[in-house]
Amino acid sequence: MAQERSLMKGNEAIGEAAIRAGCRFYAGYPITPQNELTEYMSRRMPEVGGTFIQSESELAAINMVYGAAAAGARAMTSSSGPGISLKQEGISYLCGAELPCFYANIVRGGPGLGNIAPAQSDYFQATRGGGHGDYRVIVLGPSTVQELVDLTMLGFELADRYRNPAMILGDGILGQMMEPVVMSDAIEYDASPKKEWALGSSEGRSKHLITSVRLAPGTLEKHNMHLLEKYRKVEEDEVRYELYEVDDADVVLVAYGTAARVAKAAVAMSRQNGGIKLGLVRPITLWPFPKTVISDIAKDKPDILVVEMSLGQMYEDVLLSVCGKAKVSLLAHTGGGLPSEAEIVETAKRAKSSNEAIEVYPSVD
Amino acid sequence: MKKIFGKPESLSDKQFTYCPGCGHSLIHRLTAEVIDELGIMPRCIGVASVGCSVFADEYFNFDFIQAAHGRAPAVATGIKRVAPECVVFTHQGDGDLASIGTAEIIHSANRGEKITVIFVNNAIYGMTGGQMAPTTLVGMKTTTSPLGRRPETAGYPIRVCELLKGFDGVAYLERTAVNNPANVMKTKRALKRAFETQLEGLGFSLVEILSQCPTGWGMLPKDAVEWVDKNMKPYFALGVFKDIRAEEPQHVT
Amino acid sequence: MTTKLIMAGFGGQGVVLMGTLLSYSAMVQGKHTTFFPSYGAEMRGGTANCSVIVSDEEIPSPVVSVPDCVVAMNIASLGKFEGRVREGGVIFINSSLVDKHVSRKDVEEVRVPANEIAEELGASRAANMVMLGAVIKKTRAVELQSAINSLEKVLSERAMAYLDVNKKALERGFNEIP
Repeated sequence: MAQERSLMKGNEAIGEAAIRAGCRFYAGYPITPQNELTEYMSRRMPEVGGTFIQSESELAAINMVYGAAAAGARAMTSSSGPGISLKQEGISYLCGAELPCFYANIVRGGPGLGNIAPAQSDYFQATRGGGHGDYRVIVLGPSTVQELVDLTMLGFELADRYRNPAMILGDGILGQMMEPVVMSDAIEYDASPKKEWALGSSEGRSKHLITSVRLAPGTLEKHNMHLLEKYRKVEEDEVRYELYEVDDADVVLVAYGTAARVAKAAVAMSRQNGGIKLGLVRPITLWPFPKTVISDIAKDKPDILVVEMSLGQMYEDVLLSVCGKAKVSLLAHTGGGLPSEAEIVETAKRAKSSNEAIEVYPSVD
Repeated sequence: MKKIFGKPESLSDKQFTYCPGCGHSLIHRLTAEVIDELGIMPRCIGVASVGCSVFADEYFNFDFIQAAHGRAPAVATGIKRVAPECVVFTHQGDGDLASIGTAEIIHSANRGEKITVIFVNNAIYGMTGGQMAPTTLVGMKTTTSPLGRRPETAGYPIRVCELLKGFDGVAYLERTAVNNPANVMKTKRALKRAFETQLEGLGFSLVEILSQCPTGWGMLPKDAVEWVDKNMKPYFALGVFKDIRAEEPQHVT
Repeated sequence: MTTKLIMAGFGGQGVVLMGTLLSYSAMVQGKHTTFFPSYGAEMRGGTANCSVIVSDEEIPSPVVSVPDCVVAMNIASLGKFEGRVREGGVIFINSSLVDKHVSRKDVEEVRVPANEIAEELGASRAANMVMLGAVIKKTRAVELQSAINSLEKVLSERAMAYLDVNKKALERGFNEIP
């Protein structure tokens, strides 16, 4: 009987979904615009017998998560860009040691302290790994509060399945807004499979060692190849995306998260007004990126327009996927700016009529 | 024939790879003996840090995890909160604990995390080749203080026990050394007391152990043990700094 | 139909509650809705505002740059948002606290003495609900009954003591508009 709709703030919805996914350890440090998540966990964790720690820093938070995950808990943290930068140290270790965890980056404008407005400028950081070493993190890009819930639940599942961190790449709008959501039932935490590799009592078994150090010649190479094999499996099995009105589209938009909401409205608006026929590919997993579907679309669609709230970051993934088969244009906003429906339609028209791909950036005059 | 000496059950068969005369291996052994004596081996979880003891995880027969530089107390916090029935300890050097990990050690002490920290202070970065540590003595030559540590530019050696004494979450705090048999025995008693503090759930416990690093100091092991007495002890006073089970802290010098 | 609103006032006037209740009522009626607050540094300095969208269709961005309606609970909010309302839109003014009139000619001004009405009901803090009642009548974004029924879902535990007077305030505000 979890079908009732409730009105929830994005940040709090992540928290509740995490609890229902069996998360019993949260460590975090305040940073806008994700504070409601930290606050929610401070209230909710004690109610379910879990642990909440307001850590001394983001470094400590991710390392507490590393410890908690090693001890077998479903563990999470959350932050915004500047804090996630600090957490990259721990994330690299989690990947190296093959520990699962879940975290959310409610992105704000950068670089530096930037601002607290919604942005997508941490796309590179998230999808390229972000810290040192050869590794990947599973990156989920929700576009509604409902998806924050669904992808949080999924994130914990994927993290455990692949023994690798999984994250949500949100933004200030998704974190701050309220929307109706349907919460999934809580998983039966005690019934979930035991993590045979976790630290704990070594009575009657051989010792468990969790480490990311591999100094002996050849051992790191071997380990990283094992990671690669795992990442290939993720790329094979876990790509998720949404297609909207793509079949008869003259220009196909590619956008994720908040930008995809606006892009979707632009598709509908243009079609309603009898204007240019737009379609939308909305990547839900940003890593693994839905490159095959975009590559296939590019075979018979001459025009693709990437819409993002960053200066051409996902653009690169689309270019790599299309690989010269179609004209790929860009509509970029940055520093908290949002695209509008009208602007998307207008840019799509321009892109279609242009012989070369175009790149449109905010005017700052 | 009566067996009077043997390898503690908690120690693995892996041979120590520390330099001749280094204190780390001695401290591992004492840790293992204490764990055996307390009968807690199956529920012990160790946290190795970064530095010479980066491979501490290989030397013990119970679960271990390797932490990023300075973060061992945060990692131990995560483990202990999830598995409170386990006995969780970190083994950290001076660069790890008193330089890059100052925030983590101070805040886990202040939160009164029920973990035990084994802090090896040898006044130098051994693993990376003998650079200046936060605990390097004034005037002491290292590869990054070739003319000797100058307080005007490099500040003063940090006294960790004195620093942590004021935190209410700290339940047990002692500084010992391992440069002679008497000090070795005292160190073992301190380690036992620290683990007992954790077992009783009283709060944070830490034993700072002055240790010799003949390689990093550029001297023979026998000179290194004397150097601890002559140079380190006058600055880093030995003794119990805090023991909430005792009425009054007893200071030994 | 889609209605985009910005509600603004100073901290303590219950602007966020007003927006939350409107959004909640829309949800109960099965409509699409988003609520987006001002947050972070924008909140400092004692002003608060939120954007609410109620629609029969999926809502693209919850950020409202050109609202159909603005609710100005104090004079600063009128100054800040008057220029943003779309042509032909509506500006609701809490006339108990704002003497000033709308200077634009292309929007409609609706004056509601929200504080005075709330005081008549014996609960000056219910001025937000008086105003929301008026907004609901004028915009028809949601049914009055949905808002009345939803009140207990959005009021804090502490405010539950004022449930009835808040319901009355919604009704009074609703009836204030012809």
